Amino acid sequence: MLSLLQEAAAAPAVVPTGAVRFVWLAVALPLLGFLVNGALALRRPTAKSAVSLVGSGVVILAFVVAAGVYVQLRGHPPEAPLIVELWRWIPSDALDIRLAFQVDQLSTVMLLIVTGVGSLIHLFSIGYMHEDPGYARFFAYLNLFIVFMLVLVLGANLPVTFIGWEGVGLCSYLLIGFWFSEEANADAGKKAFLVNRIGDFGFLVAMFFIWWNLRTLDYVAIAERAPIRLAAGGTIVTITTLLLFLGCAGKSAQIPLYVWLPDAMAGPTPVSALIHAATMVTAGVYLVARTNVLYSMAPLSSGVVAAVGALTALFAATIGLRQYDIKKVLAYSTISQLGYMFLAVGSGAYVAGIFHLTTHAFFKALLFLGAGSVIHAMHHAYHATGSHDDAQDMRNMGGLRRKLPWTFVLMLLATLAIAGVPPLSGFFSKDEILSAVFARGQGHPGWMVLWGMGLLTALLTAFYMMRLLAMTFLGENRTGTTEHEHLHEAPWIMTGPLLVLGVLTVAGGVLNLPGFVGGHEGLAHWLEPGLQVALKQVPLVPVEGGTETLLIAGAVAVALGGLLLGWRATLAKPIPSAREAPPEHGFARVLYHKYYIDELYRALLVRPLVGLSRWILWKGVDQGLVDGAAVNGSASFMRGLGWLGSRLQSGNLGVYVVVFLIGAVWLLRALAR
Amino acid sequence: MLIGPALLLSALLFTIGVAGVVLRRNAIVLFMCVELMLNAVNLSFVALSQVLGLGGQVMVFFVMTVAAAEAAVGLAIILAIFRHTRTVDLKNINLLQG
Repeated sequence: MLSLLQEAAAAPAVVPTGAVRFVWLAVALPLLGFLVNGALALRRPTAKSAVSLVGSGVVILAFVVAAGVYVQLRGHPPEAPLIVELWRWIPSDALDIRLAFQVDQLSTVMLLIVTGVGSLIHLFSIGYMHEDPGYARFFAYLNLFIVFMLVLVLGANLPVTFIGWEGVGLCSYLLIGFWFSEEANADAGKKAFLVNRIGDFGFLVAMFFIWWNLRTLDYVAIAERAPIRLAAGGTIVTITTLLLFLGCAGKSAQIPLYVWLPDAMAGPTPVSALIHAATMVTAGVYLVARTNVLYSMAPLSSGVVAAVGALTALFAATIGLRQYDIKKVLAYSTISQLGYMFLAVGSGAYVAGIFHLTTHAFFKALLFLGAGSVIHAMHHAYHATGSHDDAQDMRNMGGLRRKLPWTFVLMLLATLAIAGVPPLSGFFSKDEILSAVFARGQGHPGWMVLWGMGLLTALLTAFYMMRLLAMTFLGENRTGTTEHEHLHEAPWIMTGPLLVLGVLTVAGGVLNLPGFVGGHEGLAHWLEPGLQVALKQVPLVPVEGGTETLLIAGAVAVALGGLLLGWRATLAKPIPSAREAPPEHGFARVLYHKYYIDELYRALLVRPLVGLSRWILWKGVDQGLVDGAAVNGSASFMRGLGWLGSRLQSGNLGVYVVVFLIGAVWLLRALAR
Repeated sequence: MLIGPALLLSALLFTIGVAGVVLRRNAIVLFMCVELMLNAVNLSFVALSQVLGLGGQVMVFFVMTVAAAEAAVGLAIILAIFRHTRTVDLKNINLLQG
């Protein structure tokens, strides 16, 4: 570690001290967990208690490290980001990339979310996955995910972030296809991986652009050099940020690359909670916030980010209205909420975006784990009776509040939070986003449209979340009379983490309590040092007191109205169980089939690509040109040549002698000349 | 000293040797024809050494030595072929035919 300190001392940034020096432990511990659990998965897959202990223990320890880092930063806020350098990764002439971690206010927030929510989900998984034969493998993957996610958020330069970026993609792939013996799950994993490749292309090219124009990939140096070397609003910065956003759209499931996330629900539910709701999918939002200097210099790109975010939020929310799979509803809800976050960061309200990211991590993790608890109960009930009904279809649920009271109460809280009912966490973060967009809209009518879309999304969100809650927990039970007896609440190891998340869901708003309720906007002050340049470029306009009150009243009215509508509409008439349900008609059918976007992509992109690959690239180029002409062609040419040569080998000695003589005479003549 | 007739005889013997190698099929006869060609060359060496110095005569010793070795090896090969195939007719020995 001595060399580490010496090298860090040589770096120009502030020398880290105290707990920050040991931030690498937060990455190293889960890595150790991955190695141990991976070894156990290969050698002793039945050693489940060891796996549970190591798997969740390392993440909890990582959380302790994160807490230590937070306490230190809280006590002595650094003026510049602290860089913990581990080693020089690519020491080349001009390109000197160091494997370094950047500890500042933004990465600390993410560090706490990833390790905190991660710990809770690891604990939940102990109960949820306990019967699974791949228990050790599951925890190995989950620990590896934490490793890469922390590399992503801690990376001090784009390449290190990219390692984490690709690594979480890999873990996402492995965990979506965790039950790979069913082809649909393996396909879902592949789909996620392939769609993310499109985004990664954007990320990579953006990195090349940044290197080419700024000669650096370090975040600190980018923030210093970009305002000097690049023209604000210029082509270069616009293209760079748009390409970067393509990467974010892939990872964070925004239009047009959102299609992988609903399919990603094929993975185990804790995975959906951790990777596909709370942490990995927010990486795109984090990256935009991380490169806020660039985005603040590119108003067009920021507009695109906000518009895509708003569009995605609305679009996904409408699809969520008509899904019956409990996890699919939550998946579309996640896409929609991610859209909200992009709307926030696109409109320059980075704090609001990160705030919503945080509260969303709490309540969406709670919703997913609650759904996991429900599915766990349903699965056991169906397993006990040997039924093959869908354990995730909400039409088979209903009335579960009596059997799963804890889950019901906690999911109710999360539903109210995501709908934006005060004083729960979601209300504050969502309200902050909407008022920021509204403030921006006072100058430009275009932003007003986005605000309207955001408000409409809030209504739809409240509606479909209430529908989910009502179909699952309220009304009459539709599971089946015998199955009903087998429904039971999950063990404490699952309800415990739910309870903690429930507390966070309720109290999360305290993190950034706005002025109108007497708060001091803690998160905003906390994040301010990293946002100064961006805020100078695009200052946030505050909304006037009277207007703000109106906005809040409107948002609350929308949330309550949506909840009420959702409740009334869902419980108005009895819901048929999945088997007896008639097919959908009209627009509901379009929504049920997700606007046929998957089919559209299949027809427009997948099939032409597969056709091109099969008929032209495979059969034509590979089999025809490479195999046929180049490989086999040269071989048969040589064989023909050999056949011609073999005609000389007549086996008749006389012929040989004659040929030899002719040759000798000819040679003699040539020499004599 | 009759260089012209000696060279003429040498050429005649060489041609007979070549013709024998090309036309005959018996391995022994073929072998003898090769010896004939070698000795035809020897004759021209000796004849020409009269005007060109003793180098040609020295060369004859070399050729005779090589011919002796060749005779030993060649006859051994023919014997081995005969043991294997019970014939020394080259028409039947064409394993390397393409």
